[in-house]
Amino acid sequence: MSGMTIDKLSGRAVYVEGNDIDTDRIIPARYLTCVTFDELGPALFYDVRFDEQGNSKGHVLDSPEYSTAEILISDNNFGCGSSREHAPQAIMRFGLKAVIAGSFAEIFHGNCTTLGIPCVVMNDSNRSELSDLIMHDPTLDIMIDIVKLHLICANKVFPITMKDSVREAFLNATYDPLDTLLASQNEVKEVAGKLGYL
Amino acid sequence: MFSALNRDFRANIIVFRIGDGVFVGINLYQKVWNDHVVRQLDTGQYQVFMALHLIHEVTSPQAFGMLKDKDLRVAFPKRTFATVDHIIPTDNQERPLADDMAEKMIQVLSSATQEYGIEFFAPKSGAQGIVHVVGPELGLTQPGMTICCGDSHTSTHGAFGCISLGIGTSQVRDVLASQTLVMDPLKVRRINVEGTLAVGVTAKDVTLHIIRTLGVNGGVGFAYEYAGSVIDRMSMEERMTVCNMSIEGGARCGYVNPDETTFDYLKDRQKVPVGADYLAAVDRWRSYASDFDADYDDIVDISANDIKPTVTWGVTPGQALSIEECVPDPDGVEGLEKSLINDALNYMQLTANQPIKGTKIDVAFIGSCTNGRLSDFKSVAAVIGGKKVSSNVRAIVVPGSEKVDREARELGLHEVFEAAGFEWRLPGCSMCLAMNPDKLVGDEVCASSSNRNFIGRQGSPTGRTILMSPIMVAAAAVEGYVADAREVFNLEGGEV
Repeated sequence: MSGMTIDKLSGRAVYVEGNDIDTDRIIPARYLTCVTFDELGPALFYDVRFDEQGNSKGHVLDSPEYSTAEILISDNNFGCGSSREHAPQAIMRFGLKAVIAGSFAEIFHGNCTTLGIPCVVMNDSNRSELSDLIMHDPTLDIMIDIVKLHLICANKVFPITMKDSVREAFLNATYDPLDTLLASQNEVKEVAGKLGYL
Repeated sequence: MFSALNRDFRANIIVFRIGDGVFVGINLYQKVWNDHVVRQLDTGQYQVFMALHLIHEVTSPQAFGMLKDKDLRVAFPKRTFATVDHIIPTDNQERPLADDMAEKMIQVLSSATQEYGIEFFAPKSGAQGIVHVVGPELGLTQPGMTICCGDSHTSTHGAFGCISLGIGTSQVRDVLASQTLVMDPLKVRRINVEGTLAVGVTAKDVTLHIIRTLGVNGGVGFAYEYAGSVIDRMSMEERMTVCNMSIEGGARCGYVNPDETTFDYLKDRQKVPVGADYLAAVDRWRSYASDFDADYDDIVDISANDIKPTVTWGVTPGQALSIEECVPDPDGVEGLEKSLINDALNYMQLTANQPIKGTKIDVAFIGSCTNGRLSDFKSVAAVIGGKKVSSNVRAIVVPGSEKVDREARELGLHEVFEAAGFEWRLPGCSMCLAMNPDKLVGDEVCASSSNRNFIGRQGSPTGRTILMSPIMVAAAAVEGYVADAREVFNLEGGEV
């Protein structure tokens, strides 16, 4: 047992535009000086949201219209760069529970999956249409259906994709794999022994 | 074709080497994978044994907390090794550190390693350093291994012929508790770099050129196999520079097939077997190299003739150009690509079509897991004699480990750098990522031998980074602006 099945998610969304948004931007390195992840939520996208005196730059994440957003929409190669799990931890602790993008960097994608944050892939034209809808009306709800692999917003149905194995893991509640990994320690020892690692 | 190891011992789960009934050779990635797979999971993913796990103070302390919460032990404490690198100051490493939280992070790591029986290369132990410098130099990194570490530049270790993966903290927990990870197999792209590199063109230029060519997300879903005559002739340290930046090209990992250069490098290193055991290990290591008829999902050919000294102009490592080129013009480009160029030019305070050469710098940094090894410092020391760092430039040199520092000092390299006006620092990650006191101030421009030029990467939200090779950093330091090392140091016809 590693968590709850994740098959559907719904909520309001916010669009943070840009390709190649790296994990240094998602959480600047100075916030990595910590021994727990507990305090990371407010530091999400900090240097994009605030100036050096801590004044808001009016970033969309701080706009009152999007204050209840639970789904983050962005563009291609989201989460590239550093492997820091602090990035998805900050996203989660900020109150976001899914990310929609054109593509994801792999380490970030893996970190999100383990935390139960679905990374949903949508092509450029659909994502552009979806973000236009959200920007026009921030009160719109998005419903992500991981079983049917589609997303519904304003009565429009958009196709989404997700790696098969990751989808299975969300539907089977095995996205946090620790218990699964611990269930085969004899086989692990067998492999280690044959390779001379014991 | 088959090695001392019986590769069929887990035949039921071997997923490669199936080619429409025709036998095809297999590549290193597939061989290493086959040997380390434990089982296939219900999701279709695989559980894979990790031969070597490296940990450091930033991404690992939380994982020990997670183990405690679940009352778990470390499954294979002898397969995990620890050091500190990201947060350690490079000017004064006296304990306790001035930064209380940094000190606490080291203490948490130190006490966890004691509690669980993990070897810890502490500051002043003689073996501390950047985790990706320490692993290879101690001989922990060996061909045919699966290696992981909570740091994306773990790809560095692929230089030895390994599957080497950067992972998140929850995965650090998984490896501590089970010595395994959940993985999907990757596709493999072979990148052949053929020909002869011109004088003044280095391994760093090769990797920046590859990323520029294939894009920062061109490698998503792939392991990169670097091959061809240029790679074959490279030293292990040069191969590490190339593999280090695989992640900047979007590849999950990168590797070079092990050969005599690899085995010679490993001989007599602290953690490498000796005598007959070394010879047996070499036989085994050799067997992991890709078969001559191995199959690949993609093959890319790169000509050494096309590679010039390369520097970045923007805010991703793919936004790179040769020192002879001008920065791009967003006119004529459409959509998101246009805004990416515009945003990068604005951030870097550059004008479309201006030559990158001549861009004023404030700081010069030579170091990091990309270019913080002895050969990097030797290459600069060989040309810097008689030159002086420009009076407008703050220039620091940071050895990648205590061993690199020791060896450089024995050769007198620190004196060569100091005579030229560089500051010779203590080992650590330093200015690569600004988790320690070494940071840019305001919108300073840094000529940097590190691996990332992301917005704010070097510690100031408006700081600007221009990535380049160590000799190009030295050339920029001397001139006070981005310069061509071949001209500054009269390299034509010489040796670098």
